[in-house]
Amino acid sequence: MTDESSKKPNQSQSTGMNRRAVLAGGTALTASLFMPKNLMAADYPTAEVNTTGLAVTDDTVTIGILHSITGTMAISETGSVQAEKLAIDQINAQGGILGRKIEYIQEDGASDWPTFAEKAKKLLVNDKVASVMGCWTSASRKAVLPVFEQYNGFLYYPTFYEGLEQSPNVIYTGQEATQQIIAGLDWVSETKGAKTFYLLGSDYIWPRTSNKIARKHIENFLGAKVVGEEYYPLGHTQFNSVINKIRLKKPDVIYAIVVGGSNVAFYKQLKAAGIDMTKEDPIVLTISVTEDEIRGIGGENIEGAYACMKYFQSLTNENNMEFVKSFKEMWGDDMVIGDVTQAAYLGPWLWKAAVEKAGSFDVDKVRAATPGIELGTAPEGYVKVHDNHHLWSKTRVGLAKADGQYDVVYETAELVEPDPFPEGYQ
Amino acid sequence: MKTNTLFPRADIIGFAVLAVVIFLLLPAVLDSFRLNLFGKYLTYAFVAVGLALCWGAGGILSLGQGVFFGLGGYCMAMFLKLEASTPENTAIQSTPGIPDFMDWNQLTALPWWWEPFYSLPFTILAVVMVPVVFAFVIGVAMFKRRVGGVYFAIITQAFAAILTILIIGQQGFTGGVNGITDLRTLWGWDIRTDEAKEILYYVNGVLLFAVLFAAQFVRKSKLGRLLIAMRDQEDRVRFSGYDVASFKIFIFCLGAAFAGIGGAMFTLQVGFMSPTLVGIVPSIEMVIFCAVGGRLSILGAVYGALVVNWAKTTFSESFPELWLLGLGGLFIAVVMLFPNGLAGIWSEQIAPRLTKLISKNTNPATGQGAPAE
Repeated sequence: MTDESSKKPNQSQSTGMNRRAVLAGGTALTASLFMPKNLMAADYPTAEVNTTGLAVTDDTVTIGILHSITGTMAISETGSVQAEKLAIDQINAQGGILGRKIEYIQEDGASDWPTFAEKAKKLLVNDKVASVMGCWTSASRKAVLPVFEQYNGFLYYPTFYEGLEQSPNVIYTGQEATQQIIAGLDWVSETKGAKTFYLLGSDYIWPRTSNKIARKHIENFLGAKVVGEEYYPLGHTQFNSVINKIRLKKPDVIYAIVVGGSNVAFYKQLKAAGIDMTKEDPIVLTISVTEDEIRGIGGENIEGAYACMKYFQSLTNENNMEFVKSFKEMWGDDMVIGDVTQAAYLGPWLWKAAVEKAGSFDVDKVRAATPGIELGTAPEGYVKVHDNHHLWSKTRVGLAKADGQYDVVYETAELVEPDPFPEGYQ
Repeated sequence: MKTNTLFPRADIIGFAVLAVVIFLLLPAVLDSFRLNLFGKYLTYAFVAVGLALCWGAGGILSLGQGVFFGLGGYCMAMFLKLEASTPENTAIQSTPGIPDFMDWNQLTALPWWWEPFYSLPFTILAVVMVPVVFAFVIGVAMFKRRVGGVYFAIITQAFAAILTILIIGQQGFTGGVNGITDLRTLWGWDIRTDEAKEILYYVNGVLLFAVLFAAQFVRKSKLGRLLIAMRDQEDRVRFSGYDVASFKIFIFCLGAAFAGIGGAMFTLQVGFMSPTLVGIVPSIEMVIFCAVGGRLSILGAVYGALVVNWAKTTFSESFPELWLLGLGGLFIAVVMLFPNGLAGIWSEQIAPRLTKLISKNTNPATGQGAPAE
């Protein structure tokens, strides 16, 4: 049952001063926890690891996968489903969790928020799944949130999002807004000397909240100027008027948070209007285009733009090389892996680590064990779960290339602390 | 009007069977989760019944019933959201006491037109009246100018698109794409518990029957016969001295009122409202419920809503990757093989044989919605 008080953020975690405090030397503590341990089911009797009637047997544990595989969001969410299935397969190949193989029940949210709520309830109430990997859009998460809180489910949510939320029943494996925005703005200000910014985005909660944070940071911390801020309805495809305005105002940076089909029109029209992004006049910096979106936009149309993410497919660390290889083996050579896909891949692994630390599948015990969980095997590198249920992650800037991949040109030296309720940015 | 003409024997049986299904059979065989799902399906039945009147009887095809469903639903959601947004619950916001999405959108005070929704009586009135007033405006604008048929259908569809865009665009006031979520209590009564869901299911069922009786009354009254006459030969009715437009406006408003009630019950049972229930796709889906059930029959419409949604849930649970194909196949099959839908199967195939079986002397129980010329 929902505990009202536990929904409030842990204020002590996020004072303004240590907002971007970082975890010193964290990377040294990696891996060892996640080597295969060959835990035997016999050591963990079902009656002890499952006291709340979840779908756990002597040799299996069932979880849910809840994404849209039909409808407009299917193209975005498919990568997450694939990554989650890959992680589950790999965990099972290592012997599963507490000696139990993971089985999954997949449900289709059908890009429809009431359907997400219905399926979430079905997974929790009927199927008694021990955890759920799922959702993509904020709208779908908002729709299932009351269900997870009411029935005490446990959701791993992969998408970078606007923050302003911290549920005891959700682990956010993507970045909240400040993690994605601030380091990128610092970078463009320091290395490119950017002084003027033009903010634009699709008109819904994530771009608006993100631009609000960006504006505060630009004006209050960088001492630079926002020369324009505009929003367009989802699916909007006519950007010529804003492109003309941009040419008049001559900003140093176009900060673009355009999503979905609008992306294709925006970058094509930008190019057609003679703005050559490779010349960096102005610089285009986005937080909404991953490798997945470039497949739709076309690499040649976005070449030269910068994206600020925590993960790029082109990362050269060993974890990632292995991950990319396995992903392509399972799902085909022509697959690309974007930021959210990688975050989705972390879900089952983080859950496994938490369950093993708790020695139980009970949601309350897993929740209690989750803060502090580290994952040295993450493709993005080392990550750690914060008390506020978000991940400590690095922020990276990538330069888009014509082949649809990003060159990583910058990454933060340390992990960036997640701060879903950033003070001074409200 | 005598009672025996308001309720011919076949209709009494039909109503009784539906009552048994809704109030006895479904609660007996379904667990609380599935019952809540059927409760949700039944909220669509309100819309389908309205469509059976407008489209089946009156020949007015509206592809924008989601608008009225949504308006009713949003009215209820606004009330519930205000109740959930107490200053204590929203203490973490910049402005405590206003709904969370307003705070995210930098609003610092409740918009004036949200204020009345603190009152439950006002909300209940608004659930019915907002859709009705909106339908009245559309109706006057369209029917007085004799816009009908395909053009009317297209325009209603445009209204569905417009309202969706409006809701998404004005997210500070409406919750945008996310909709109005995290609704908790109705006058302090927690609507999220299993017990509450069960009670709401029965309330929903009772309201549906009230709507069905109203629809039956309209169908069997002089108005109902005029509607059918208008559908088949509008000009003749007009030349006979009837004000065709007023009848159409009335029936369109009635359908909107039904849809609004359905929307409010949806919000109560599902716990949120979002623009995905307002737009073109749900509006067309609602027409499909009505078509599958048999657009001439108000009871058929209820079964149509139940069967299609049940199929949707079952298919998508069993075949998450292929279910849309299965559902599409079902629609094609029904339209090709049984143009009068489930009600047609009943009245053309099953009922005559049953009657023949039972007694040769009674009149066959056909004639539901047969052209009255």
